[in-house]
Amino acid sequence: MQINKNHLSTTMFLAPYILFFVTFIILPVLAAVYLSFSYFNAIERPTFIGLSNYVSVITQDGVFMQFVLPNTLQFALVVGPGGYILSFLLAWMLAQIPKLPRTILALIIYSPSMTAGIAMAVVWTIIFSGDQTGYLNSLLITLGVLFEPIQFLQSPEHLMTIMMVVTLWGSMGVGFLAMLSGVLNINKEIYEAGYIDGIRNRFQEIIYITIPSMKPQMLFGAVMAVVGTFQAGAIGVALSGANPTPQYSGQLMVNHLEDYGFIRYEMGYAAAISVLLLLFVYIFSKIAWRLFGEKD
Amino acid sequence: MASFHGTKINPSKFHRSQLKFYLFLIPLSVFMAMPIVFIFSHAFKPIDELFAYPPRFFVQKPTFQNFIDLANNTSQTGVPISRYLFNSITVTLTVVVLTILISTMAGYVLSKKNFRLKKTIFEINTLALMFVPAAVVIPRYLLIENVGLLDTFLVHIFPLLAMPVGLFLVKQFIDQIPDELIEAAKIDGANDIQIFLKIIIPLVKPAIATITILSFQMVWNNIETSTLYVNDENLKTFAFFMSTLAANDSGNTVAGQGMAAAAALIMFIPNLIIFIILQSQVMNTMAHSGIK
Repeated sequence: MQINKNHLSTTMFLAPYILFFVTFIILPVLAAVYLSFSYFNAIERPTFIGLSNYVSVITQDGVFMQFVLPNTLQFALVVGPGGYILSFLLAWMLAQIPKLPRTILALIIYSPSMTAGIAMAVVWTIIFSGDQTGYLNSLLITLGVLFEPIQFLQSPEHLMTIMMVVTLWGSMGVGFLAMLSGVLNINKEIYEAGYIDGIRNRFQEIIYITIPSMKPQMLFGAVMAVVGTFQAGAIGVALSGANPTPQYSGQLMVNHLEDYGFIRYEMGYAAAISVLLLLFVYIFSKIAWRLFGEKD
Repeated sequence: MASFHGTKINPSKFHRSQLKFYLFLIPLSVFMAMPIVFIFSHAFKPIDELFAYPPRFFVQKPTFQNFIDLANNTSQTGVPISRYLFNSITVTLTVVVLTILISTMAGYVLSKKNFRLKKTIFEINTLALMFVPAAVVIPRYLLIENVGLLDTFLVHIFPLLAMPVGLFLVKQFIDQIPDELIEAAKIDGANDIQIFLKIIIPLVKPAIATITILSFQMVWNNIETSTLYVNDENLKTFAFFMSTLAANDSGNTVAGQGMAAAAALIMFIPNLIIFIILQSQVMNTMAHSGIK
């Protein structure tokens, strides 16, 4: 009787979370996997077509191979590791200064991530606006760098760079906070032991003491960085105001799957792209796990 | 020698050797803060300064006109701005409170109870830290359509309630509470609900503060729900409304600029205030954020 009662309350405490977790996280992932093996246009019932969606992605989707995949990899490699290394360096530097200035600077550096993403696209569209009243254009013309305004957000050459800058700007989020507290919580005695063992400069100190002592936070930060990077896909469409983005210059996997899913209603094909995207996230996180995870 | 080259981690006062860090951190912070300062400045510009050529970064004659315009503005479909704000506030409050409740409840049993699937559930949750909602918009859409949530108020709330990061942080934090404390309460005759309310909740306040911030930022800034799952203009949120203000993308965004900046400011301020109030608690939780 006692055991039963105990189990009942455990179930009661766990049930709400599990319910929402399964419904809105597990089921969509499973459904994506299922749909990726079928043809589905949102009107007729899905029909099983085996691997042909995946085959099409690789062999027939010129846009995917030519633009979307290289864009996504370029974006992910710059924003992911770039943002991550920057977060770590900033966290490390902040840890070297006293509490009050640290808190103020940390707040400033963290603040962009509070509203990053689509919500801030409004501000960026004003700054990068294509006519002469656009702030960046005006600044560059005044400085004599440019002679006529550039349509930053509509130009294939600039959109990608702007997307990366904007995303990096907003990437000092939870991972950054975790790493900051990680650096601050390293036991001082470990450093002293390190000096006795012959650590000679700052760089060695970071490699041999700081990073190994905060591996768990480094891993948490890395997972957050990977997820944040792949989630940021919407920014290109928000900035340029169109899906597909001008000449596919800012097209990432997230945009590509929305293009197929919500614009062309090829849900099965879009689902195959979803699955590939989830696999990418998984692989990148696994690499982080290899680097920082504790081996059992 | 507790330090290297005169500086150390978490110093208590200023030292000359810290200068090099300031030299890097301060210019960078200025750059990071610029767009935010820009919103503040832009939101208070009168119309002639918004159109001014060459454009000026800082406002010269600040005015509240943009906010007044915003308040009087009704969207093309005739929905007043107060309606969007009301939706946003209701949705945000509900989601934050419910997320805190269900995450701490689950965190408590996952940390302090023994049952068969305990480890598996937590491992799946850790795996779900990598979950990218944007990747599964389509199956999610189909699912929401099938359970009849499309175009309802609840669609803003339900999909956001399970937050793997939240559960993860709270569980790690509850792990720090000694088991003896809970055993002692049990001997005194407390049941699970009493233990949860009287011991767990007060002790995990820092973790709760962190979930509050994370889930607040997620809901308050959420545009996707309004764009994808809601057609009824009356049920859309302020974040969505704001994104439509500057949606004129043909290059001339000047017309809606003042209002857009005012709206951006209204979006940003609550984030900032909540973070400033809760930041020390957040840092406290983050010390336990490591994935082992």
